[in-house]
Amino acid sequence: MTDIWSIQAHELTKKFGAFTAVDRISFKVKQGEIFGFLGANGAGKTTAIRILCGLLTPSSGNATVAGFDVYRERDKIKASIGYMSQKFSLYPNLTARENMTFYAGVYGMKRKEIKDKVNSLMEHLGVTEYGDTEVKDLPLGWKQKIAFSTAIIHEPKIVFLDEPTGGVDPIARRQFWEMIYEAANRGITVFVTTHYMDEAEYCDRVSIMVDGAIVVIDQPSALKEKFSVDSMDSVFIQLARGSQRRE
Amino acid sequence: MKIFFAFIRKEFWHVLRDRRSLVILLGMPVVMMLIFGFALSNEVKNSAVAVLDFAGDEVSGEILHRLEASRYFEVTHRLNRFEELEDLFRENKVRLGLIFPPGLKADLSGEAEVQLIGNAVDPNSTNTSMQYLRAIIADYQEELWGNSELPFQIDLSYRMLYNPQLESSYNFVPGVMSLILMLLGTMMTSVSIVREKELGTMEVLLVSPMRPVLVIISKAVPYLVLCFIDVLIILLLAYTVLDMPLRGNLFLLLAMSILFIITTLALGLLISTMVDSQQVAMFLSLVGFLMPALVFGGFMFPIENMPWVLQVISNVVPTRWFFEILKNIMVKGLGFEYIFKQAMILGGMTLFFLLLALQKFKIRLM
Repeated sequence: MTDIWSIQAHELTKKFGAFTAVDRISFKVKQGEIFGFLGANGAGKTTAIRILCGLLTPSSGNATVAGFDVYRERDKIKASIGYMSQKFSLYPNLTARENMTFYAGVYGMKRKEIKDKVNSLMEHLGVTEYGDTEVKDLPLGWKQKIAFSTAIIHEPKIVFLDEPTGGVDPIARRQFWEMIYEAANRGITVFVTTHYMDEAEYCDRVSIMVDGAIVVIDQPSALKEKFSVDSMDSVFIQLARGSQRRE
Repeated sequence: MKIFFAFIRKEFWHVLRDRRSLVILLGMPVVMMLIFGFALSNEVKNSAVAVLDFAGDEVSGEILHRLEASRYFEVTHRLNRFEELEDLFRENKVRLGLIFPPGLKADLSGEAEVQLIGNAVDPNSTNTSMQYLRAIIADYQEELWGNSELPFQIDLSYRMLYNPQLESSYNFVPGVMSLILMLLGTMMTSVSIVREKELGTMEVLLVSPMRPVLVIISKAVPYLVLCFIDVLIILLLAYTVLDMPLRGNLFLLLAMSILFIITTLALGLLISTMVDSQQVAMFLSLVGFLMPALVFGGFMFPIENMPWVLQVISNVVPTRWFFEILKNIMVKGLGFEYIFKQAMILGGMTLFFLLLALQKFKIRLM
C-alpha cells in the first residue's frame, strides 16, 4: 500500500523545550496529488516540512515519506525528494545550465545523464537561449521556473515547495502552476505551502494548520461548502483568527 | 565521491567567475610583497638635520661632510642661534639637531662634547637615526685614534647570525605570508559559506543526500588550493625579486603552510557557524582574527617586549606559531625537530577549531 501513499503522518509531534511547534498532526498524501499545506506564519509549517525532509527528528509520532521512515531512513528520504525554498536557492553568478548541472550532480546523477536532462529541460522551458546567462540577470519569473525544474531534475517521488511564488507577478504565477500540474501528471507528488489563497484553490486537497495542529483537511471545494463561504481566503481567515500564537 | 567532485567544480565556477575576488586573492600577495619589499622599510633614511656649528673648525667640518655623504641624513638647516633650533622642532621641520660647541678641535685632547637633540614625537625613527649618527661619529673617532698612540684599546667585533646584511625581507616575508593566509583563509571561507546561507542554497544542500560534513569540506577545498597558490607566489617573489634564500627544506615549508591554511579554514568555518550575514563574517574575520594576528604575530612587534599578560595571550594566536615555524625553516634552515613544538601546537589548535565548528554546525541543523 505504500506506493499509493507518498506521505503518511500519524500523531507527528515536535517539541522545542516546553514549546510544541508541531502538535500531533496526522495526514496522508496520495501519489501524484497536489497537497496544499497552509497556515499562518508561526503555525508550525516549516518545522513540519523540516521533519518530512529529514532535517529534524520528531519528538513523537510516526511518519513515512516515499515509504521511508522519518526516524531511521532519513538518507533514503533525502534521495527521493526535491525541495524548493521561497528564496529559489539558485546561485546568482552561475548560469541556469550550471545551476541545473550542479544540483543534478549533488543528487548523484551521471554526467551524460545530466547533460541530456539539462538540455531537454532547457528546451522544454524555452530558455535555451538564456541558458548561458548568469541567473542574476534573469527576471524573477524565469528564476522561479528554473528553480522548480532544478528541484525536480532528478525525478524525485515528492517535491516540497516552500512558498514558491513569493514576489512573482500573477501571469508568472499562473504559468508556474501549469508546471506544477505537469509534474503532478507525471506522478510526482507536490507538497506546497503558500500564503496566496487563490493558489490554495488550485490544490487537490489542503490542510490548514493553526497553532501547531491541523484543524481541517479536505478538498478546497468541500471546505468552502463546509464554512459556507465562496473563497479559500474566507475559510483561512475564519480558522486562523482563532490562533493563540500571534507574532 | 562523484557528488563531491560536482560540488568542487561548482565552487571553482564561483571563484573563477568572480573576477574581483580572484584579483584580490591572487593579487594581494604580490602587492603586499612588493610594498613591503620596496616601499616600506624599517630603515630611516634622509632624516632632516639642523646644525648649530659654534666650532666652525675642521673637526665639525669633517663630521658634517660625512653626514652629508650618508644616505641616512640630510643637513637641511645651518643655524646661528639655539632659538632657531627650537622653532624648527616645534614646526616639525627636522628630526635631529646637532650642536658643535666652540673650540671643538682644541678639546679633542681632553674631553670634546657634541650635543645631539632628537625630536622624539616619533620615538622609534628618531632613536634609529640617532644610532646611525652615533655610528658615524664613532667611526670618525676611531680614525682619529688610529693616528695617535693610545695606551690600550678595546676592539669589539660582532657578527649578525643568519642575516648578516640585516635584510628586512627576512622578517617580512614570513610575516606577510602568515598575515595573507590568515586574512584570505579565514575571510574567504566564512564569507563563502555564509553567502550560501543568505542565498538559501545551504538549505537546499542540507535537504539533498549530500552529507553536511561533505558540504563543508567541499566548500573549503577550493580555498585551500587558492591559498596554496598564494604561498607559492610569495615564495617565488621572495626568491626571485627579493633575493631571500630558502635555507631549510622546501617540502617541510610547504607542508607547514598547508597545516596553517587548514587552521585558517577551520577558523573561517567556525565564524560561518556563528553568523548569518556576509558583512558580519567579514567584520569578524578582520577584527577578530586579522588584528590579533597583526599585533601578536611577532612580525610587527616583538613578543618578548610585551607585558606578561599580553605574552600569555599571544600563545593562543595561531599566526605567532606559524611565523616562528617560517622563520626557523626559511631563515635558520632548521629541520623538523626544531619546529616540532610549534607544529604540534598549531595542529592541536586546528583540530580544536575544526571539532568546535563541526559541533556548532550540527547543532544549527537540528
